[in-house]
Amino acid sequence: MSDATMNGRKNGGRLAKLFEAPSDGPGDAYGAPGRGGSVLISVVTSVFLLFLWWLVTELGLVKPLFLPSPQAVVSKFLDAMTEGFGGKTLQEHAMWSLIRVFGAFSIACLTAIPVGVMMGVNRYFRGVLDPPIEFYRPIPPLGYLPLTVIWFGIDETQKMVLIYLAIFAPMALSARAGVRSVSIEQIHAAYSMGATRMQIIWRVILKGAMPEILTGMRIGIGFGWTTLVAAEMVAAEAGLGFMVLNASEFLVTDVVIMGIVVIGAIAYLFDLLMRCVERKAAPWKGRA
Amino acid sequence: MRNLECRDVTVIYPGDVHALEDVNLVIEEGDFVVALGASGCGKSTFLNVMAGFIQPTSGSVLLNDAPITGPGADRGVVFQKHALLPWLTVIENVEFGLKLQGVGRKERRGAAGKYLALVGLDGFEDHAVYQLSGGMQQRVGLARALTSDPAMLLMDEPLGALDALTRETMQELILDIWKETGKMVFFITHSVEEALFMATKLIVMSPRPGRITHSYDLGFSDAYFRSRNARAIKSEPEFIAEREAVLNIIYGDEAAAGGQP
Repeated sequence: MSDATMNGRKNGGRLAKLFEAPSDGPGDAYGAPGRGGSVLISVVTSVFLLFLWWLVTELGLVKPLFLPSPQAVVSKFLDAMTEGFGGKTLQEHAMWSLIRVFGAFSIACLTAIPVGVMMGVNRYFRGVLDPPIEFYRPIPPLGYLPLTVIWFGIDETQKMVLIYLAIFAPMALSARAGVRSVSIEQIHAAYSMGATRMQIIWRVILKGAMPEILTGMRIGIGFGWTTLVAAEMVAAEAGLGFMVLNASEFLVTDVVIMGIVVIGAIAYLFDLLMRCVERKAAPWKGRA
Repeated sequence: MRNLECRDVTVIYPGDVHALEDVNLVIEEGDFVVALGASGCGKSTFLNVMAGFIQPTSGSVLLNDAPITGPGADRGVVFQKHALLPWLTVIENVEFGLKLQGVGRKERRGAAGKYLALVGLDGFEDHAVYQLSGGMQQRVGLARALTSDPAMLLMDEPLGALDALTRETMQELILDIWKETGKMVFFITHSVEEALFMATKLIVMSPRPGRITHSYDLGFSDAYFRSRNARAIKSEPEFIAEREAVLNIIYGDEAAAGGQP
């Protein structure tokens, strides 16, 4: 092989160039994967997608029934806030959804975290609860939705139960993993300072499990939002999921898209908030 | 006179692994006992038995004539990995043991501050432990073990993860603290030089089954307290001769175990 061929291969192909190690500036680590910032790229992409959306609707390339224009979605958003949709304003829909998701989330926090911790510290708890939780966890909530209707009827209880079940498993398993993440040296050190078994659980294990518990809460609330639409499928009269489903039945596509964007935005904002809480409550995460 | 006495301590792990076999050792007040040996010779198991983390298969360990049945505040433990609690500040880590025992805030702050000063960390009370260097974290671990005022200190390779310079400073710090507090010490290391420099009594252990094969009484730490020149002591011909003798024993064990000499 001559040098020329080697160089040819090294520099060959535009696609290959995209994944090549970028040239190192002074002080840069050679070959670190995915080096460099990506925020600007993300902003440009988002703006471009919005522009593309506007362009195809403005040029009439897609019928408004399938894809309404961005302006139409924004004006529906303002309409829904003032005049409402399906007999209720957007704020009322949002409030009902928030009550369901946060109601289920609060009950899940009060039950899943203690259950997960107990599973971590007690083999009987783990032995009894591991099979049911691991069995139902991968089943999509739509799969057991009919059963929740048969068992709990069609009122608020059923909706909360469905969301609660979706949140419970990931939260309990995170709490259990958190207990596992406490090192045996930390536990031994506390024992050799005279700690009792209860002190170990309260002052060492529970505190050490905090980062994973918080991550579990973040994952859990995410599952809550993804289950919301399914929960509002049956006999709901308000809620963002209800609003989207109702609009789709009447082919009001701009409300469908508006509802999806609102759900996404609320879920995203809460995720940011939870990350903030994580940083404040467990600043040592990943550094100890 | 306070002492710790190990009588015929045997630990057999599942799978018929004889980690320790009929080990006898007496540690008395003023003793700095260092255990040295090839990997798998049972020195960590031995420390864990003294700490009460492992129940021996047979034999017993007595602290001031009372049998050890589990871990307790009368034996402070320092680990290779610091094992500090990252959600507590430096001072909160050091006073943790007293807090567990229900000592009032003012009293425990006073005791913790005293030992923090002893390890040279006054001024770092409110720092987060994960922001400290490895050497400083070990100092906090040492202060924490001392604050419960235990009868003895058990140290499981406390300097193993530190760089060479920090390690030498820490050796001198630990000797000074031992001299000042008069605690019995059981100290595990892989470094022959460290063992010879620090020990008043050196035990060499060998694997399969784990047992004490050699025992020496040493006085290099006394020489250090007189001259306070660690480097000079470690380069004395007498020190080097001892080092080679001990290395020969350990290399012999490593070779017998199939390791590279």
